Amino acid sequence: MSRVLMKGNEAMALAAIKGGCDAFFGYPITPQNEIPEYLSEHMAKEDRVFVQAESEVAAINMVYGAGGAGARVLTSSSSPGIALKQEGISYLAGSEVPCVIINVMRGGPGLGGIQPSQADYNQITRGGGNGDYHLLSYAPENLQEAVDLIKQSFDKADAYRNPVMIAVDGLLGQMMEPVDLERTPDSKQRERKEWATDGDAGRRGKANTIVSLHLDPNKLEEHNLALKEKYDRMVENEQRYERLETEDAELVFIAYGSTARIARSAVESLREEGYKVGMIRPITLWPFPENAFKKLPDTVHTLLTLEMSLGQMHQDVKIVNQGRYHLDLYARTGGVVPEPEEFIEKAKAILKKEDAA
Amino acid sequence: MNSDTVYRPKQGLTDREFHYCPGCTHGIIHKLVGEVLTEQGLIGEAIGVASVGCSVLNYVYFDCDMQQAAHGRAPAVATGIKRVRENHAVFTYQGDGDLASIGLAEAVHAAHRGENITVIFVNNAIYGMTGGQMAPTTLIGQKTTTSPFGREKEGTGEPLRVSELLATVPGAAYLERVSVHDPKHVRKAKKALEKAFDTQMKGKGFSLVEFISTCPVNWGIQPRESLDWAVENMIPYYPLGVFKDPEKEEEDD
Ligand SMILES: Cc1ncc(C[n+]2csc(CCOP(=O)(O)OP(=O)(O)O)c2C)c(N)n1
Ligand code: SF4
Repeated sequence: MSRVLMKGNEAMALAAIKGGCDAFFGYPITPQNEIPEYLSEHMAKEDRVFVQAESEVAAINMVYGAGGAGARVLTSSSSPGIALKQEGISYLAGSEVPCVIINVMRGGPGLGGIQPSQADYNQITRGGGNGDYHLLSYAPENLQEAVDLIKQSFDKADAYRNPVMIAVDGLLGQMMEPVDLERTPDSKQRERKEWATDGDAGRRGKANTIVSLHLDPNKLEEHNLALKEKYDRMVENEQRYERLETEDAELVFIAYGSTARIARSAVESLREEGYKVGMIRPITLWPFPENAFKKLPDTVHTLLTLEMSLGQMHQDVKIVNQGRYHLDLYARTGGVVPEPEEFIEKAKAILKKEDAA
Repeated sequence: MNSDTVYRPKQGLTDREFHYCPGCTHGIIHKLVGEVLTEQGLIGEAIGVASVGCSVLNYVYFDCDMQQAAHGRAPAVATGIKRVRENHAVFTYQGDGDLASIGLAEAVHAAHRGENITVIFVNNAIYGMTGGQMAPTTLIGQKTTTSPFGREKEGTGEPLRVSELLATVPGAAYLERVSVHDPKHVRKAKKALEKAFDTQMKGKGFSLVEFISTCPVNWGIQPRESLDWAVENMIPYYPLGVFKDPEKEEEDD
């Protein structure tokens, strides 16, 4: 085990190289600039591809081209840039071209701000672009987890032939933290992608095509149902989450990413004071880890969603809850990062009310 | 094509029947691209990028690997492909709405980076697929479904000359505008395509061949008259010729 102190964005960029990334296409935007900056140097040193595109629109379409040609491709951006990439992401999903997208979220809507935010939740989990599709989306809580997930993300993208999104916020991107880049294995040996338009029709004996166009509505429906079958498999196999101190909890926090990190210390403090508080931490945003909500102990009476957006994830909590528990929401937005004390105060207020009832 | 060759079977194309309207020159341009790729021995390794427009389905016609791109984005897609498949012939096939309007940035920047790709640019002065709306290339006075009184300079500008525009971009290596209205010009157009792919395969940078093309359906004229219309109206505004030539540049150096 060899831990090194690295800046979040740079560690994520290095993890992508170790995950087998062949090519990167991106466009500058705060707070993710250290990713392309790092890769502009290190991809060249590794004899891999780095291109600074003229826009996010162009960058994601370069990803589509290179991914279609069989390469392992990465792009990174932040919220408004991800918004601009949605057209390309829809094409990637529709034509089943794998890629990895790192989204270092900032406040919105519009140009918003440059401070940490989670207000892309809907953009990430509801498709974002046109059509029936989903992205396998991970929301790591700390740098170690981000690095581990990124290293595996290219394998996941290839296995499902689907874009994978790594969603972090500016806090994680900008912080310095020790990480072990060897905790998970480097990417496994790759097989040739027989479906790719890699210019090998001569050897294959047939030309390949990559399209998202199906003019016959019956054909398009068939295609969409085949995609759905794939998404169902992801729901079945890819849900990831952590349950913390839920065994005897009365109140359970639901939080992901940096918010979960803050919530974790709130849980610790509350436990020290004798409050029965736990946490469910979604690691995949899509598929939303509904399994985490199964078999909660009878002691639980309230789920409290904590997020840096105005109840976007709370919608999913409502869907999985189906009226079982009381629900509450504590949200900060616009780039305001909550303090653990805010969560503690909110938790105590809920527990007091419940005791009085 | 020798003068005694009347018809030659398709090369580099599948058996699928073209869906283009009578009098449309997309088909001739497809045949030329297929022939050049075959004759240069590139068809088995080429990767084409289909765009959005009447030629959107050309991935069923070209007998090589084909990827279909979003409207205007073909040069970016081709950039991604070329960067990871450096030794392969990579081309886009785009209409004037696709390239000169929604995709102008991608085209200019692919040229600007000196991207080693070949762009086949089909200029028919109109949006064909969506039913004949005004394009940036529509001629002054030309009636379309969104310029019902004829295009006016005031408010819609004057037609954009893409080859001339790209000639100002340092990374563009080879640019030529051609026409396919008679056999002599078809032969010339084929030479231009040969040179464009040659430029690419020699690694000299961005190449683009602009084809003056027809759209009788949306121009509202008979297929037979459409070639004459192109010669009389388009070529005077869009002069044929070479706008950038890597060999000339070398001589100048
Ligand atoms: C993002 C987006 N906007 C608009 C369209 C609709 N559209 C389809 S083809 C086309 C114009 C194509 O015209 P052109 O490139 O000149 O090619 P032609 O059909 O004339 O060959 C448009 C606007 C689309 N498919 N996608
Ligand atoms: S609409 Fe115009 S461009 Fe399209 S196939 Fe018909 S003639 Fe050709």
